[in-house]
Amino acid sequence: MTEQPPAVVSASKLGLTFQTNDGPVQALSNVDLTIGKGEFVSFIGPSGCGKTTLLRVIADLEKATAGAISVNGMTPEQAREKRAYGYVFQAAALFPWRTIERNVALPLEIIGLSQAEQAERIKRTMELVNLSGFEKKYPWQLSGGMQQRASIARALAFDADLLLMDEPFGALDEIVRDHLNEQLLELWKRTDKTICFVTHSIPEAVYLSTRIVVMSPRPGRVTDIIESTLPRERPLDIRETPEFLAIAARVRDGLRAGHSYDD
Amino acid sequence: MDTFRSKIVPVTSILAGVVVLWYVFAVILNAPFQRDLDRRANETPGIVDFIGKTLAQPKPTLPAPHQVAVNFFENTFLRSVTSNRSLVYNAWVTLSSTLLGFAFGTALGILIAVGIVHVATLDRSLMPWIIASQTIPILAVAPMIIVVLAAIGITGLIPKALISTYLSFFPVAVGMVKGLRSPELMHLDLMHTYNASASQTFWKLRVPASVPFLFTSMKVAVAASLVGAIVGELPTGAVAGIGAKLLAGAYYSQTIDIWSALVAGSVVAALLVMVVGIAGRLVDRAMGGRPA
Repeated sequence: MTEQPPAVVSASKLGLTFQTNDGPVQALSNVDLTIGKGEFVSFIGPSGCGKTTLLRVIADLEKATAGAISVNGMTPEQAREKRAYGYVFQAAALFPWRTIERNVALPLEIIGLSQAEQAERIKRTMELVNLSGFEKKYPWQLSGGMQQRASIARALAFDADLLLMDEPFGALDEIVRDHLNEQLLELWKRTDKTICFVTHSIPEAVYLSTRIVVMSPRPGRVTDIIESTLPRERPLDIRETPEFLAIAARVRDGLRAGHSYDD
Repeated sequence: MDTFRSKIVPVTSILAGVVVLWYVFAVILNAPFQRDLDRRANETPGIVDFIGKTLAQPKPTLPAPHQVAVNFFENTFLRSVTSNRSLVYNAWVTLSSTLLGFAFGTALGILIAVGIVHVATLDRSLMPWIIASQTIPILAVAPMIIVVLAAIGITGLIPKALISTYLSFFPVAVGMVKGLRSPELMHLDLMHTYNASASQTFWKLRVPASVPFLFTSMKVAVAASLVGAIVGELPTGAVAGIGAKLLAGAYYSQTIDIWSALVAGSVVAALLVMVVGIAGRLVDRAMGGRPA
């Protein structure tokens, strides 16, 4: 009897209510979701739909107030303590007083790896994000896109199987964003990681994902989950194919159905 | 060329204005006494002669800039540095207690800041006292510190340095509290995702983030330390130091001495602030700071 491998992320009836001065705000309500190993799942929705909050709950940066969630079969807190995931923020969040190489080394220092091990991992991850040669530069000497790649390298450096990305390319221009999307797919294929990716761009979500979770606000909830029928091999011009456009249309319909643009 | 235009020209224009104004007031303020002297001597000098005399009195109400400059030059460069009339000697006496007090003050300020940032009860209990401590006039506290410490056998450099400490720990404590709390939420979240311990977050994030704040507050603190050291010399009956020179000058109406001691104090203060500024810039560069 073969056992199904445990889901990387599994949420049921998950809810989160923030207590604010203006009374309680329901950021997430009744979220049911299972993410399997090796999936690339995008969360899309308008501002306030709870997509970032959901990612932060997975990362144990927020605590759920209702329902249950497990990460790698553990509570999010245990998973965080075991360094089960790498987190990429909206901004690169590099430490300005550290070189790129030392920034990538930060989690490795915290984990307590040896110098030799650190050097080996830095070299490997810098190659993975095409930043070899920029090890000794300080963050301000790099472009925004390169900084974000460095922060992805930092999230990959300690070999977590799960990568949580919160609108990582939101602040970049479209040309750089296309380029990084391509590189991210390449990286995903090569490393076999599970990726949760928050975005508010429909083309980005469709281009990257194996599954797209459409969310809507007030209260934040999942309105649709769309399986992508696109092949794993995705050149950039796949975005002009009818298949791609059909999925994009379904995502757009899902967003509309959430009444998110009524007002 | 740019620094010449943007910095040197405006600063020297103001300086020239101040010097001119100073001469005008020197003549005006010294004139009554000069008239008195002339009347007693039954002299009626011409206007040019009269102005010349007002600027050459041995104990003028307001010494002219060149009188101060000559006195400053003689007492700085023409005297043996071991002579107690030498401004270099007196400045060194004050500087040594300034530096000791500054070192104590910086250490104490950092310590207090670390406590305030990490212990919630200290945050609530200590901060009001720290602020209150600076509202007490230092001139009132200084003699008591000296007397109390002398009673338990501590005399010399330490009591003076402690007055400097009293004035200099405050800017460092306030600046470092701000500095240690300066990391962005995103950076703190990042450390949280790595399951970093509090001490790792402190050393790898809070401390480096606070360094620019430390140097800014140290610039204020070092100037305050000098003030503390000078004030500390006034009630101690100190025989040497810039404060002692000021006091002696006041006793014997040596106004020119007072002014040149004042200039010496300002030069020392400017040098101290400059040294801290340069150290700050070097550290900033070493930490990957973007050249301005």
